Formats: sequence, structure tokens, C-alpha cells
Amino acid sequence: MLGTESQYMQYLFSGLTLGSIYALIALALVVTFNITGIFNLAIGEFVTIGALAAISLREVGCPNALAYTLAVIIAGLVGVLMERGTINPARKASVLTLIIITIGVSIALRGAALLIWGTHPYTLPAFVDAAPLSFLGAVLIPQSLFVLGLAVVAVALLFTFFDFTFAGKAVRAAMMNRTAARLVGINPARLSLFAFAFSGIIAALAGIFITPITTATYDMGFMLGLKGFVAAILGGVTNATGAIIGGVLLGVIEAFAAGTLPSGLKDAVAMVVMIVVLLTRPTGILGQR
Amino acid sequence: MGFKKNLLLFAVVIFVFCLPIVVESSYYMSIFIVIGLYAIVAQGLGLLMGWAGQVSFGQAAFYGLGAYTAAILATRCQWPPLLCVFVAPLLPSVIAFIIGRPILKLRQHYLVLATLGFGIFVFVMLKDLGALTGGPSGLTGIPYLNIGSIIFMTDHQYFYLVWCALGLTLFCMANLTRSPIGRVFKAIHSSERAAEAVGIDTASLKLQAFVLSAFLAGLAGALYAFWVTFISPSPFGFTTSVEFALMVVVGGLGTLWGPVLGAAIIVGLTEFLRWAVPVALPHAGGEFEIIFFGIIFVLIMLFRPKGLLSIEKSSMAVNNPATLRSTDA
Amino acid sequence: MLKRSLLVLLCLVLTIALTGCGKAKTTTEPTAGESKEAYKIGAVVDISGPAASLGEPERNTLQMLVADLNAKGGIDGHPVDLIILDNKSNETEAVLAAKRLIDQDKVLAVIGCSQSSTSLAIVDTVTKSGVPTISMAASAKIVTAEDGKQQPWVFKTAQSDIVVANKIAKYLVGQGIKDVAFLSMNNAFGDSGLKNFEEAAAANGINILLKEKFEATDNDMTAQVTKVKASKAKATVVWAIPPSASILTKNFRSLGINMPLIHTHGIGNQTFIDIAGADANGVIAPMGKLVVAEQLADTDTQKQILLSYISNYQEKYGNRPSTFGGHGHDAFELAVKAIEQAGPDRAKIRDALEGITDFPGISGVFNLSVEDHNGLGEDSMVMIEIRDGKWHYLAD
Repeated sequence: MLGTESQYMQYLFSGLTLGSIYALIALALVVTFNITGIFNLAIGEFVTIGALAAISLREVGCPNALAYTLAVIIAGLVGVLMERGTINPARKASVLTLIIITIGVSIALRGAALLIWGTHPYTLPAFVDAAPLSFLGAVLIPQSLFVLGLAVVAVALLFTFFDFTFAGKAVRAAMMNRTAARLVGINPARLSLFAFAFSGIIAALAGIFITPITTATYDMGFMLGLKGFVAAILGGVTNATGAIIGGVLLGVIEAFAAGTLPSGLKDAVAMVVMIVVLLTRPTGILGQR
Repeated sequence: MGFKKNLLLFAVVIFVFCLPIVVESSYYMSIFIVIGLYAIVAQGLGLLMGWAGQVSFGQAAFYGLGAYTAAILATRCQWPPLLCVFVAPLLPSVIAFIIGRPILKLRQHYLVLATLGFGIFVFVMLKDLGALTGGPSGLTGIPYLNIGSIIFMTDHQYFYLVWCALGLTLFCMANLTRSPIGRVFKAIHSSERAAEAVGIDTASLKLQAFVLSAFLAGLAGALYAFWVTFISPSPFGFTTSVEFALMVVVGGLGTLWGPVLGAAIIVGLTEFLRWAVPVALPHAGGEFEIIFFGIIFVLIMLFRPKGLLSIEKSSMAVNNPATLRSTDA
Repeated sequence: MLKRSLLVLLCLVLTIALTGCGKAKTTTEPTAGESKEAYKIGAVVDISGPAASLGEPERNTLQMLVADLNAKGGIDGHPVDLIILDNKSNETEAVLAAKRLIDQDKVLAVIGCSQSSTSLAIVDTVTKSGVPTISMAASAKIVTAEDGKQQPWVFKTAQSDIVVANKIAKYLVGQGIKDVAFLSMNNAFGDSGLKNFEEAAAANGINILLKEKFEATDNDMTAQVTKVKASKAKATVVWAIPPSASILTKNFRSLGINMPLIHTHGIGNQTFIDIAGADANGVIAPMGKLVVAEQLADTDTQKQILLSYISNYQEKYGNRPSTFGGHGHDAFELAVKAIEQAGPDRAKIRDALEGITDFPGISGVFNLSVEDHNGLGEDSMVMIEIRDGKWHYLAD
């Protein structure tokens, strides 16, 4: 038997873990969106590629750290290839066309993942082999701490980059006003390339960190990518902090919905919350009205 | 031009009419039935996207609501199938009417995500309202459609039914786009603000387009249910919604024939790849079909970003829809 | 306008032409150098999409079996041409694929599909065309028509869910457990499991205190498992397949819940243990004999066929086959046996299938008849327990 407080504590823990992943994906989406004006619907495939590439590299004998680093680089390169091959040539097209292009890329990448890795689910070992921590009757597995930590570190690094480096300031300028940024000599094509590489890297990291908890399959990215979108909307698409908060909030909402309502309705609850936020605060929970 | 156009239209009609007579295989007939069903949905979505300038990534929900309404009325209430086909599109239309006004206020990506969220919500409900919908296991025992004593059992019969419905849809759509309302839609499309400034109630017109698109999706769904005679939630999910949007965009926004062409390409390409991939790469599995499908889409969008039917630059193509325009790139 | 309508017309013509080529190609392909005409069997398998983890081992098994059969000279000297199509786990595509096999390729029998939903979608098509069809999916509805009779043209090789549910219920009764929690995947597999388990539980006096669902794509079921922990249930029954079945097992163990965890045949492959790791230990499940083939008594009629299937599959694909592959194996062998007896005639093949009895397959010993198009009883399943990462046969 488990008391109500312990139950709620447990929902909070599991919501925070998943929420951190949603947050990272949302972060990657928001940065890309603000630099390029494109919502990259292939973001989930980057998560898949990161996780599965890491697994394959470990299998061929790479030490963990090397395998993870290489996998992240591979995902970043896929991002670069996608930008050069499909986004850059179509940069003059309408937003709708660009959305469709990213959908096409995600279909092709998913097919490629199916070809390379099959339908078999894979897993990675937890980063440390420790017993679950107990807190107020609720349980937190150590890997969750790594996932939470990754989210915190990613945000910290991002802010450092934006506030203290020249390149970061350029990106921020471009996010605020693309035309003005171009007028002062910031190259939008290079920024777009950077955005896709960055989102590949962040998404791959998210994939690698969560695989010990959730396992990895060729189609894992699809739902994660979708959730990342919802998170980005909740937080307001123009705002990196908002993306993080939106992600965590979505994770917590899902866990509480599954815990307190008939669990089949969990995804419906998430969608209703998103639509309500869209209708009442279209700029996200953090945005100005 | 007018004469030639009529001649061509006549040729298309004759072609469609003769097809079941020449083609024996019910496999080909089925391909055309699916193309016809999808084309009806795509027509509605085309009106919404191309003319009213609104995007929907939740059209499969209306398609599914139509299918389920028809199936539930026919199996649980024992209504005659033909009546179900006429009644079924009403539910999606009413739902579109209710959610349309708030949702259509949204712009660009926000509208994409709101409609997508609506689609997923309906999908979850179809799975969760098991007592009514049969849950994830689906509904069996849907009867065949009949008009009087004619039972639409074979694919050849069903082909005529579906393509008549499509023909009727096309006819209405052609008249609608040429009517004053069509011109108003064009005005909204090129600049919503300008249209509002001259006193057009754009919100109400967009809502009408949304409701009409839901009606057509519901109609196609009802026809689908009586064709397969078994439905489960899985064909009405997010992927199908995306496919519908793909059809419209690939075919060409703001054109009458674009959605039909788009539907033919999506279904035709899938079937073509199913045959061509094993012939070209004997040991390749279904994985390659998916990869090629994705790549071909990207290529079409790269080389014809405004859709395949955008050969001549219509006024539409020049005045890129205000709501869909890329702000900069 | 002119150009546009032309393009539409062109496209329609092209669709016919292209698919038409397919017809020409496939009919000329087989029998080169063979003396006797090839027998064609079709298969519609969920190779990609959400049910791919079922379809992939089935496809592999079918490809392996047809190669072996042809190496041995086929059916009475007729080589077998097996055409496998992917329906992408999509019902509309399943219908199109089935029609393609029947109308274009003129197959003698159809194997498919992998899931209950895709299988149900093609029932109408194969019945209208009169083609014997063997599904590899679980739902009893596939072979049972609305009026309770067997679908005349449809057979299936997977054990019906009611068999599994009864097996679990009897096990619980044997352990003296009355109150259980039931967790299932929110898809056709889990839904059918829930309905059948409710029936079996009612018949055996078991109370289901909690019914929770999770999506096949979910990454974390801690919330659902927390509800179990807070309930008064004495055992938990989970109706799912990996990876979600494995994730749930991990969540269950990490919350430190101390009650029997009972899964179903859905976890019947090594993947489940590989992913759940040490957390899989102690899991109990009813299952076909495939996973414990080596531990069966030598007198078991299935033992030999199980061992040879395992070693052949392992040699060809490098891993141990799953129970889903076994459903594909049985479907193919039943089809071959029926064609052997009946020759190339769809109606006679159907009749021959109904007459097959005492046929040892992977999922059990089949006794097909007019009244039973599945032909598997509760003796086709055994209870197993996972200990030290290995399957252990629990004698009844």
C-alpha cells in the first residue's frame, strides 16, 4: 500500500524524468525555429539515430564515452546533411512546403533506421549501477538524475553561449530580427546550418540519456518528437526557457493524468492542455499576451 | 480553350466510366476506389488550405468520425446503410462547426499543432470509448451498402459509387470556386486583412470552408466503412492526417485537380513501390519502399515547391498565401 | 486548365500502366528451368509500422521455410513461389495487398496478417474471392463470424486470447490469489486480452481490482504501476509485448513491488529478457513451448520440430526465433500440407485445411475442423518462469 502523498511524489518524479527529455527536444526545436523559421518535424529521428548509433558503436567494441560522443557527432552530421540537402535549396519556399519537406526527410530517415536496425528494441546500461533512491515513499532511479542533469547542463551551456560568446550573440540577434542581423553581416545560411547541427546534437544526447530507462527502437523518435512539439507550444516557441518549462510541465501533466484518470486518456489530456494553451495564451505560458 | 477544356473533361469522364469495363482485376479497382476516397477528403482539405488559406493536420479525425458514425448506425442501430452514408458526415460537420471558430483564429504553426492535437484527441477517444466504438479491436459486421435492391458488393460496383461521389464533389467545387464566394476566398487567400477591410466576414467564411472539409472527409469515411466492412482506429491516426495534407500540397494548392492528382500519386506511388522495389532490388525488404517514398516527396517539394499542378503561374501562386508565407529565409 | 486535366489523365493512365507492368513481370518470373509449374502462395505481413516486431520474424521465417522447401524439391516437384507483401501495419494497405495477391498473382492461399486488426480487414476480401487464408494473429474474431460460425475461408495459427486468459486464471486460482491488477497495451492485442481476461476471471472467481492501459509507444509506465502499488491487488497481470512489456517490468521492480508479476505469450522472445535484464527474473507467463523447447520431455510430439526450427532460424538469422515467427511457421506448413493433399485448387485446399488433425506445429498440435479454424487447445501452452535470465518450464 502506498499513501496518496507518496503516489503524487512518484508521479512527480516520473513526470520530471520524461519531462526533461521533452524539454531537450523542445529546446532543439525552438532554437531551430527561431533561427530558420522552420519547425523541424524530423527532430524525433535525430533522437533515434543518436540512441541507436550509440548502441551499435558499443556493440562493435567502442568504449562507452567514445561511442556516445561519436553517436552525437553522427546525429549532428545528419542534421548538417539534411540542412544542406533539403532545407537550404528550398529556403525560398513557403513554410508549408518546408514543413512537408521535413516530414519527407523524417519518413526517409525512419525507413533507413528500420533497414539498419530492424524492429528489434535495444537498450543501453544505466550510467551508474546503483540502487533506486527512496524519498518520501517514492522511488527515483539514478538514471533519472542524469536525465535531469543533462537538461540543466544543456540550458546552462546554452545561456553561457548566448550571453558570453560572439557567435552566441550573433545567433541571438538573428533570433530577434533576422533581417537586421543580415544587415550587420551575420550569414543566415551559416546560422541555419548551425541550427540543424545543434538540434541533431541535443536530440541525440536526449536519446542516449533516456535509452537506459526506456529502450530504443527505430520508431521511438516519432512520439518523442511529437511530444517535443507540444512542449514547445506550451512554453511558447520563441523562448528557450519556455521550452524547458513546457517540457517539464508536459511530462508532469502526463504522469498525473495517467496516475489519476483512466490511463488510456493520458495522451488526450496532453492534447487538450495544448489546445487550451494555444487558444488562451497563444504565445505560451511564459509569453506576453 | 473552352471547347478543348470541355473535350478533355468529357474524355476524363468517359475514361472513368469505361475503366471498370476494361479492367477486370478488382485489385486495380480497389486502388482507384482508395484514390477516389482520398481525393474526396483532399478536395475538402484543398478548399481549406488552398482557397481559405488554413492548414489542417487533423483531417483523418473527420474521416474517422464519418466512418465510425456510419458503422455504428449501421451495426448497432440497424439503420439502412444508404441513410447512414448521408447522416454520417453530419457529425464531423457539427464538430468542425463547434471547434472551428476558436481554432481557426490561430495562425501558421499554431494552427498546424492545434488541428494535429485535435486529431490525436479524436484518435484516443475512438480507442477509449470501447462500448460504442469497439475500442482498439475495432468494429466488425458492417453490412454492404445497398441502394434499393442493388447491393454494392464488388469492387467494380463500388468504384462507380465512389467516383460518382467524387464527380459530384468536383462539380460543386468547380462551381463554388467560380462563384462570388470563390472570389471572396481568393481575396482572403491573398490578403486576409485587405478582405476584412472591404467588409468581408473572413472568420465566418473560413469556418464554412472548415465545416465543408469536415463534411467531405466524413462522407469519404462513411464510404470507406461500407467498402472494407471492418474498421478500427488505426487508419484514422496522425499518419493519415499527414498523408492528406501531403496530397493537397503535392498536387498543388488552389487548384481543382490538384487534390485528385495528389491522392493518385500517394496511393499510386505506394502501390508502384510495392511492385517496383522487389523487381529492382530483389532482396530488399519493405524498408526501401519507405525510404524511397520519403525521398520522392522531398524531391517533389524541392523541384515543385508549389505542387505538381502549378505549371502556369496563377494569381494564387504569385500572391503566396499570407497565412503560409515564410517570413524570411 | 487544359494542361492540368491532361496531367491528371496522364497520371491515371500511368498508375494503370505501372501496376500493369507488375502483373506482366510476376507472371513470367517463376518456373525458369523448372519442369513443373510453380505453386504460388501469398503473404501479407506487417513488416513495418507499429506491428513490425511481429511481422519481421514472420517474414524471416517464411523466407527461410520457402527456401528450404524449394531446395527439397517443393510440393510434389512443383516449386513454391512465395510472394510476401508489406502492409505497413495499415488496414487499407492490407486490403490492397491481399487483392493484389489474389487478382494479379493468382495465389492459391494467403498467409496473413500479423495483427488482429489487419487480419480482420482482409477477411471480407478473401471470403468474397474464395481464397483460403491463414492469419497469424490472436483474436478469435478473425475466424468467428458474427453469427458464431467459423469464417469459411479463414484459419489462424496463433492461440486465441481466451486460451491464454484461462491459463492465467487457472494459475492464479492454483496459487490462491483472488485479487489482481490488470495492465494492458492500449491496442487491439491488449484490448482483446482485457476482454478475454475479464471473462476468464469471472468464470474463476477472480476480482480485477484495477484496469490500466498504456500506449505501445510509451516510455514510462511508472504512473500506472504506482496505482498498482497503492491498490490491494495480490498479483499483477500484464498483457503486452516488448519493448513496453520490458519497460513496465523495469518500472515494476524499481518501485519495489512485492507481488507475482504475470505476463502473457506476448513476451515470448529473448528480447524481453535482454531489455528487462535482471528485472525479468521472477516473471511468470503462459507461453507456447518454443522458449522452453530444450526442457521438454523427449516424448513431447512438438519437441523435434521446435528444436529444428530453432536451430535453422538461429543459423540463418543469428538469433533465436520468437513465438511470432512460430505463428508464421505454422501458417506456412499448414498451407503446404493442404496444397500437398489438394493440389492447386483453392476450394479443395480450404477443405483439406479443415481436415488437418494431429499436426505438430510450433504453437501447438493443430486439430482443425469445420467447427474450429484455430485448432489449438489449452495444452498448447505451458506456464514458464524466468530465472537467472533463462526460461524455466513450470510443470502444472
